[in-house]
This record gives sequence, C-alpha cells and structure tokens, in this order.
Amino acid sequence: MIGLYIVTGVALVISFAFDRKKTWAGLKKGWMKFYKTLPSYLFLLMLISFILLLSEDFIIENLGQENIFLGLLFSLGIGSVTMMPGFIAYPLSRILLARGVPYMIIAAFVTSLMLVGVVTYPLEKSYMGKKATILRNIMSFLVAAGISLIAGLFYGELV
Amino acid sequence: MKKSTRNYLLFSAFLIFSFISWLVQYDFGLAIWDNFLVFARDMVLILPPAFILIGLFDVWAKNETIEKHFGKTHNPMRFIYSILLASTTVGGTFVAFPVANALYHKGAKYSSIFTYVTAASLFMIPMTIMEASILGLKFTSIRLLASIPFIVIGAIVLEKYFEKTAYTLPRVDQK
Repeated sequence: MIGLYIVTGVALVISFAFDRKKTWAGLKKGWMKFYKTLPSYLFLLMLISFILLLSEDFIIENLGQENIFLGLLFSLGIGSVTMMPGFIAYPLSRILLARGVPYMIIAAFVTSLMLVGVVTYPLEKSYMGKKATILRNIMSFLVAAGISLIAGLFYGELV
Repeated sequence: MKKSTRNYLLFSAFLIFSFISWLVQYDFGLAIWDNFLVFARDMVLILPPAFILIGLFDVWAKNETIEKHFGKTHNPMRFIYSILLASTTVGGTFVAFPVANALYHKGAKYSSIFTYVTAASLFMIPMTIMEASILGLKFTSIRLLASIPFIVIGAIVLEKYFEKTAYTLPRVDQK
C-alpha cells in the first residue's frame, strides 16, 4: 500500500518535471474516470457488505456436500455470487478444511471467489461493455472449474 | 432516472439506515456497516493513487509501445507481460478493469487484456502470500500454476470471438 503511494508520488513529480500541461491533462482524465464510476463503486461496496454478512454461516454449513461433484458445483456457485476479502476468505477456507471439506472444493471456492464477479457486474460493464463482461465471467467460471479439477487430481480426491 | 443518480440515492438510503441502526443499536445494521467500513477503507486508500496512475498512463504511454508489447499477434511475450503487470496491480479487479480499458484504447489486443484482468484477480502478490501462509504453499502453487494455461487459452478463445464480431470496449474518459 505504501509502495503504491511512493510510486504515485514519484510518477507525479517526474511527470510534472517533464510536462506540466500533460500532467494536468492526465490528472483530469483520471478524475473523469473516477468520477464516472464512483456511484458504481459505492453501490458495489454496499451490496458486498450485505452479502458478506449473509454468506459466511451459509458457506460453512453448505460446502461439505457428500457428493464431491455436487459440492464442486455448489462451491463454484457460491464463490461466483459472493465476494469477500482474502483475510476473511482464507481463514474461512481453513475452517472448512478442518471440517473435512476436500481441497478441490476449497480451490473451487477461492478461485471462483476471485475470478467470477456477479456482484461486480455493473462496474465491469462500464469498462468492458456488456458482452465482454458476460463472456469473461462465463470463461472464468470454466477456468475455475478446470483449476479445481486439477487440484483434485493432485490431492488424489478425484480418483 | 439516471443510473448514477439511482446509485447515489440508494447509497444515501444506506447511510441513513446505518445511522438509525447506530441510534437504536440494531445489530444487523451495525454488522453491515462494519463490513462496509472494511471494504471502504481499502477503496479510499487505493482508488485515488490508482486513478492518478491510470490518468498519467493515459497521457504518457505511447500507443506504439503498448501495441508492441501487448498488441502483436506473434508476440507470445504479451501473456507474460500481462501476467507480470497483473501481479503488481494493487486493488484487484476494482483497479484492473479501468487499467484494462486504458490498455485497450492504447492498442492492446483482447487476449492481453483478458489475461491481464483474469490474472489480476488471481496473482496479486500480497494475496498470494497470505493464501500460502494460511492454506499452505502446496495448495497455492497448484492453484496458480494450473491457472496459467487456462487463463491464456480462455483469453485467446475470447479474442477470436471478439475479433470476429468487431467488438469494441466503451470509452470512459469522456463526459
């Protein structure tokens, strides 16, 4: 985080030293983009705060399915529609592992959590367009499934 | 009603709801507010510098440079550049979407920006370290190494489709 500020500060100083006008133009462009998407960001944060509160217990109760493929689909689904920061997701996964949930299911959950963003749809749409957003998320869902299956193979949970 | 107006209204309603929850000590409302603060703190810290950098990138990065590294079909290095750029992106997809959009308008190919966006949500260095320390190095290594071929193949498939249909990404820096 501090790194980001140092990089930004240095970049600004260098940019100003080279060309004041261009730097102002850049700042204006950055502001414009930020200003245009701010309402989406706020809406998103609000939504995530709600979902996060409802999902935690739900996840702990439901990820440990008997049938591993059913569990896989289920965890991919939950991972896709929820969103949570790493410092919540990883300890949660640890709890699930301790409860005997296979690594494959955890991989599916963690990966789809990061890759597939149903709640981030409005934000992604404003930058990538509708079609690209939908297709990228479908692609990411498949990628998450593929990664989980490979993790399942490595941990000997599939065969 | 404009969508941004609607979002601002919803957000104001949320603020009022949280305030009332605080007044009457309504646990559910307070818990949501706590969650919100956790996310909002990150956003408030990350987004301003991130958008300054994106703006500077817009005015300084030459189209030819971006095209050379991210836009040439016969340059497989573009996947490596995209993944490297992604791993240093702070803020995950929240920041990766605007960056991808800027890259695209500077001449990057679809496969590069899709690799970038996907990798940005998977390869963030601080997140990866956290994951490995909690869930184990073996788990994290398998997950990340397995993802690279999938990401690249997925990005190429999407590119094929978008080039065929002549799709373009929206511009966001105009009024």
